[in-house]
Amino acid sequence: MAIDKIWVLAEAGDGGPTPITSELLTEARGIASTVEAVTWGPDTTSLAAGLGEFGATTVYDVGDLAGSLPGAPVAAAIAALIEGGNAPDALLIPATYDGRDVAGRLSVRLDRPVLTNVTGLGTDGGLTTQHPVFGGSLIVTARFTGEGPGIYVIRAKSFVAEPSGGPPANVVAAPAPNTGATGAAKVVERHQEERTGPKLDEAAVVVSGGRGLGSAENYALIEELAKLLNGAAGASRAIVDAGWVPYSHQVGQTGKTVKPTVYLACGISGATQHLVGMKGSKNIVAVNKDQDAPIFSVADLGIVGDALKVLPALIEALKSLG
Amino acid sequence: MAMNVVVCVKQIPDPAAPGALDPTTHTLERNGKLILDDSDAYGVEMALQLAPTDAGNEVILVSMAPNNETSGLRTALAMGATRAILVSDPALAGSDALGTAKVLAAAIKRAEPDLVIAATESTDGYTGTLPVQVAELLGLPSVTFAKAVAVDGRSVKVERQTESGYDDVESPLPTVVTVTAGVVEPRYPSFKGIMAAKSKPVDTLTVADLGIDASQVGAAGAGQEITDVSEAEARGGGEIVVDEGDGAQSIVAFLEQIKVI
Repeated sequence: MAIDKIWVLAEAGDGGPTPITSELLTEARGIASTVEAVTWGPDTTSLAAGLGEFGATTVYDVGDLAGSLPGAPVAAAIAALIEGGNAPDALLIPATYDGRDVAGRLSVRLDRPVLTNVTGLGTDGGLTTQHPVFGGSLIVTARFTGEGPGIYVIRAKSFVAEPSGGPPANVVAAPAPNTGATGAAKVVERHQEERTGPKLDEAAVVVSGGRGLGSAENYALIEELAKLLNGAAGASRAIVDAGWVPYSHQVGQTGKTVKPTVYLACGISGATQHLVGMKGSKNIVAVNKDQDAPIFSVADLGIVGDALKVLPALIEALKSLG
Repeated sequence: MAMNVVVCVKQIPDPAAPGALDPTTHTLERNGKLILDDSDAYGVEMALQLAPTDAGNEVILVSMAPNNETSGLRTALAMGATRAILVSDPALAGSDALGTAKVLAAAIKRAEPDLVIAATESTDGYTGTLPVQVAELLGLPSVTFAKAVAVDGRSVKVERQTESGYDDVESPLPTVVTVTAGVVEPRYPSFKGIMAAKSKPVDTLTVADLGIDASQVGAAGAGQEITDVSEAEARGGGEIVVDEGDGAQSIVAFLEQIKVI
């Protein structure tokens, strides 16, 4: 089946499309002759310029959701477009909090499965997908067997965003039909967490800590080092599960995917769950007491030692460099 | 008022044991002993806190397995869940997330839930769409990525993780809520709990018992296939040194070399 038209679920970020939205639009442009976007929110008109910049010709606007979580209304709006005869061959959805909600609900509405955790796309008589398994040591290639459109949930940083310099996308209203009980979850208040440094998934330097830190208090070393390097502080799932740091710091299969210039893994053994989220980093430095820790198999520089000794010394050395 | 809280739980191969893909079907091998997915222990604990069973509430586990396996369910029953519904049928082997969601939704409906709790995603399959698919099939609202959950009368109040912080979300019951790891501290089963778990009811149902056509589930109903499995490009060949007090200096030199400092 030829892939002529792709829709990208577009999310608004600071002053334009989110980075993953631009990545998906760029990739879609390389595969299909027509790339269109679906979005929601109070101000799609200004977002349309950014979407056009990355190659979307049209943006279907579900509109302001009046506080409803996006999953149900956006999926209902997309299903209504498709049932009305306007169907893409594939729908690319960012692996974000809201993106996965939309994908799950749309899957039921269209009675089609979802291919998730996609990190690469190919064309071989239709779209094929790549998925890392077992910490990225194996790559599985998959495809849909049924009728389109296929629903694909794609991880951040799978593709490199490049603007096409296109004109603003044409905004077409696509309001959600009544979603009944399914749309009843409402946001009553939003809270922005204070963040001093760069975002975890956009930082050039990421310093992450794991169980080897010994206790929650020692995570302060990770934060201090991250700050000194103008980077972001990450964490392994083990210490998020243990309640040392919030989930928003988690790097890995069930957390964020990062691809910084350098990733410093401190006291992290390198479970497959973690490796899949950071293996794409340009340079990897690992500090761990256990010389057989799997993290060393991906490290460019590995220090077999106690993170609680190496980190304070590293912090001092960086401070003395000014 | 007494509540029925359903917790979706998954029994998975021990993640500490090396995983493998079946060479012919390319699905995850599940032949060994199955354990309760760690991710689900948070959901069970959350349910027990929101709906204390000594106050007349029920915490009902719903799970699915191709081979009648219950060892993981016993762990959750030992924590304090009141009973379990296990859908077990050879026809389920190879189900995709949508097929699984159809089966779980039908089983959950039988428990007449006020609240359905699931992990944001399983440790082994991590598709992360299943709870929302269940919600859509049941016609219920859903709140994913909860980092705090409270029940207030007939509504649930959730702090939902966002990219930049969190949202306070309210939803009328019944609602499907997915919880992130670390949201509560799962209790260890007590000896008394382990003994009591042995006699707690586990209703085992087949796909036919749920009124689902076997062609909708399992490998037959899966709308996706794996066409290839290959080794990823290996990294490594890096320099590994034992810290003799100079580890920090080696890192500084490396960071200078790659021009980060």
